[in-house]
Amino acid sequence: MTRLDVKEVTVRFGGVTAVDQATISAEGGQVTALIGPNGAGKTTLFNVVTGLQKPTGGRVFLDGKDITHTPTHRRARHGIARTFQRLEAFGSLTVEENIRVAADAVRAKNAKPAQVTRGLIKRIGLERYADARADAVPTGVARLVELARALAIDPELLLLDEPSSGLSEAETESFGELLRDLASQGRAVLIVEHDMGLIMRVSDVIHVLDRGRLIASGTPAEVQADPLVRKAYLGEEDEPEDDEGPEDDDGHTLVLSAADPDDDTAAVPPTRPTRPTQPTPPASPIPPLPKGPGPQSGEPASGGWF
Amino acid sequence: MNVFLTYTVLGLVIGASYAIAASGLVLTYATTRIFNVAHGATAMVMAFVYWELAYNQGLSNWLSVLIVVFGVAPLFGALLERWVIRRVADSGVGVTLVVTCAVLVGLIGAAEKIWPPGVHQVQQFFAGHGLTVGMVRITGNDLLTVALAVVVGAVLWAFLKFTRLGVAMRAAVDDKELLALHGGRPHLMSSIAWAMGSALAALAGILLVSSQPSELNYISLTLLVVNSYAAAMAGRLTSLPRTFIGALVLGLLNAYASGYLWTGPGWTGFREAIPAIFLLLMLLLMPQARLRVGRLAGVAGVRTPEMRRVGLASALLLLAVVLGNSVFSEVNVNRMALGLCFAILALSLVPLTGFSGYVSLAQFSFFGVGALTVAKMHSSAPTAVLAGALLAAVAGILVALPSLRLQGLYLALSTIAFAQIMDTMVFQNPSLGGFGGSLTTKRLDMFGYRFTSDKAYAILAAAVFCVLGAGVILLRKGRYGRVLIALRDSPAACATLGLNPRLARVAVFAGSAAVAGLGGGLYAGLQNQVGSTNFQFFNSLPLLLIVVCAGVTSVSGALLGGILLMALNSYPSTQAYLFLILAVAAVGLGKQPNGITGWLFSLRDNPLGARLGLGSAGIARGIATRSVADKSSAIDGSVSVGENAEVEA
Repeated sequence: MTRLDVKEVTVRFGGVTAVDQATISAEGGQVTALIGPNGAGKTTLFNVVTGLQKPTGGRVFLDGKDITHTPTHRRARHGIARTFQRLEAFGSLTVEENIRVAADAVRAKNAKPAQVTRGLIKRIGLERYADARADAVPTGVARLVELARALAIDPELLLLDEPSSGLSEAETESFGELLRDLASQGRAVLIVEHDMGLIMRVSDVIHVLDRGRLIASGTPAEVQADPLVRKAYLGEEDEPEDDEGPEDDDGHTLVLSAADPDDDTAAVPPTRPTRPTQPTPPASPIPPLPKGPGPQSGEPASGGWF
Repeated sequence: MNVFLTYTVLGLVIGASYAIAASGLVLTYATTRIFNVAHGATAMVMAFVYWELAYNQGLSNWLSVLIVVFGVAPLFGALLERWVIRRVADSGVGVTLVVTCAVLVGLIGAAEKIWPPGVHQVQQFFAGHGLTVGMVRITGNDLLTVALAVVVGAVLWAFLKFTRLGVAMRAAVDDKELLALHGGRPHLMSSIAWAMGSALAALAGILLVSSQPSELNYISLTLLVVNSYAAAMAGRLTSLPRTFIGALVLGLLNAYASGYLWTGPGWTGFREAIPAIFLLLMLLLMPQARLRVGRLAGVAGVRTPEMRRVGLASALLLLAVVLGNSVFSEVNVNRMALGLCFAILALSLVPLTGFSGYVSLAQFSFFGVGALTVAKMHSSAPTAVLAGALLAAVAGILVALPSLRLQGLYLALSTIAFAQIMDTMVFQNPSLGGFGGSLTTKRLDMFGYRFTSDKAYAILAAAVFCVLGAGVILLRKGRYGRVLIALRDSPAACATLGLNPRLARVAVFAGSAAVAGLGGGLYAGLQNQVGSTNFQFFNSLPLLLIVVCAGVTSVSGALLGGILLMALNSYPSTQAYLFLILAVAAVGLGKQPNGITGWLFSLRDNPLGARLGLGSAGIARGIATRSVADKSSAIDGSVSVGENAEVEA
């Protein structure tokens, strides 16, 4: 079984410390979640694991082998695949071609890339979009395209960066099943997600980051009960994270630290007025998200990206 | 010592005028993030305007300078910004480079029309006055140049640092929308930047022509200011002080090279290549760009045709050539064959620029390598042409390897530097295997047939084009073509899938150069005689412009591009009009990046009904064959289709 170990990784951007001595791990056969408010350094940590970001300090191990200085494309060949928080689908290729590029990239593994591609399209449920250009599909669908593309290289370790945003409630439900399914095949699934309902349902282990530091690790129940998590993640008197599926990445409203260093727009102070959040009963610190069939939740987020 | 001082003074003076020109370039780039290839051409045209006012209309020198630098040039810059630059501001590097290329060739065309070749000379300022330090004579003109450079540097620095307007201009580039939200006016900022940049180009142009009183020349003056690219790169296109230092160093290098460098035959052209070498060095010192993440924006492409259709089109082309052979006069058959050779050259840009998004201004150099090989081997065997293609591929790898870390504009600039170096150090230099004048060539002898007649040659060129064109389309349909496009859309995602971006880039450069080299080999045979002037770097500018306008994403675009390039070469009198048309077409690229042929295809694929989003069949088609022009309808369509997306796990 595969195993990822991130040991005391630190990433500094100029004077900002995005990740501060974070140590996490993810194991084959499990879904491991990485949660924390915006700017906690989750995506930066993903970038470190995949090699898109060089850490200022610390090491990354895959199956005990030090891969801290391995280039990104070699890590992929060692079985690491990911999706992106801000979409990185190949916009001018069709959905099918997107997946095919990945299937072709590991031809040694995939004897029949065309079959693998078709199989994934069916499995993820992308049939109706197969021939559409990836920059013309709704955001939620584009995320699934990225997931299918990542699966096409048959990874041992799958990193998913907010995969469920843009999905409806029903879609999120079956997406959770897909995650469990992937883990049961022996893959290590590491997921960054704001949908607490989903996280609590599917995760075996949860790591909580706050301002770059790891503040808690454990099972969903342990993490929910952790006083540090309550304080840092929700803020003492702050409202809980308002996080409905269809929201654009930039739209998460609970911002504990001023800027998200993962974000290209980090230098720009927020110009958009934050949405007023609803007060929730203080009894449950991390409530499963009320994902009723509201007018918003069923709507794919298609605006903003194009 | 005196010699040294003389060259130092010379170098400082040249450096001072480079500094003025380069600071204009930096100003426009830093404010609008658009690199103005036409900066040198602006300087050239303004120098001509100055000549017109001062020497043709008889105004005083000083009044003419004031009118040009504070009137004509800023007005030109502002209008250019308003009508051209603003329309392409949000397009990619490829489009903005091509559009400013269009302005460049348009300006040269206009200058040739308005001031037909003749005697255009200007006098030095303060002629007869000057200083003598020791044994070194410093003319008044030299002093003026240096003094103006100091003034320009100080004023610009203070302007950007301390004035409200200057600070706002620096803000404009970071985030236009944000600046607008805070009450700034980004359009005004970019207008002012272009007006100032244009004025500085004019000043540099006037100083350059008056320091070396010789005949004003359209091209050499334009290229002279190309040297300022190198200086501007020393400041990484953003820092004014470093730009000034870069300009001075470059000027001194130039002067010392002409004074001290060994003048043996092997070194011919080395001095001319110094700015290009300097530019290349500056580019190689650029820090590694991080892989950009965070966008989902495809580039429009035309629909890839079925192979059946490709066969049909090839047959039609061959038929047309046969028909042309029987109808056209001898001269026109030769032109047809020339057009087809150029079409092969244009085809080399399709995988490189059309699929991969790399802008190359070195294609004529690869073309030249192929031609040079055929001419040097002086053989009629097809192996000579193939050897030319192979050597061109090696040249392609030489361009790609050092620039592996460079993206977009910097990659394009490195191809300019390479082309300049090839031109001055190899093609013009017989002792390094160059032409040295011109060489005669033989026509191909293949399959026991000698293609001596132009008619046979035209059919040969058409057949080669068809085969290569089909190859390009197969490439696009296959694994490798998908990888090229994927790499353009998201290098970061490609890396996370295990694709090595460097390998793919070297391969596409090598393949593209080989196609260009093959075309060059055929061209050499057709022309019977080729020389270094056929393959100057400068030719690559109209080539890129024409092919991108004709449609760089499709094989038919390459064919049209080849024909247009032939027309440009064969009918010089039409140049000005052709350039005008191309300039207009280039501005349209912001809307239709697939060029003229892409536009024609979109008319065929999307009848009016589908464009307006009527009918689901039309919408579905719109998604599949979407071009930017149809973006809105396609998105509307996909949203309505996508509302009940389901995940079937």
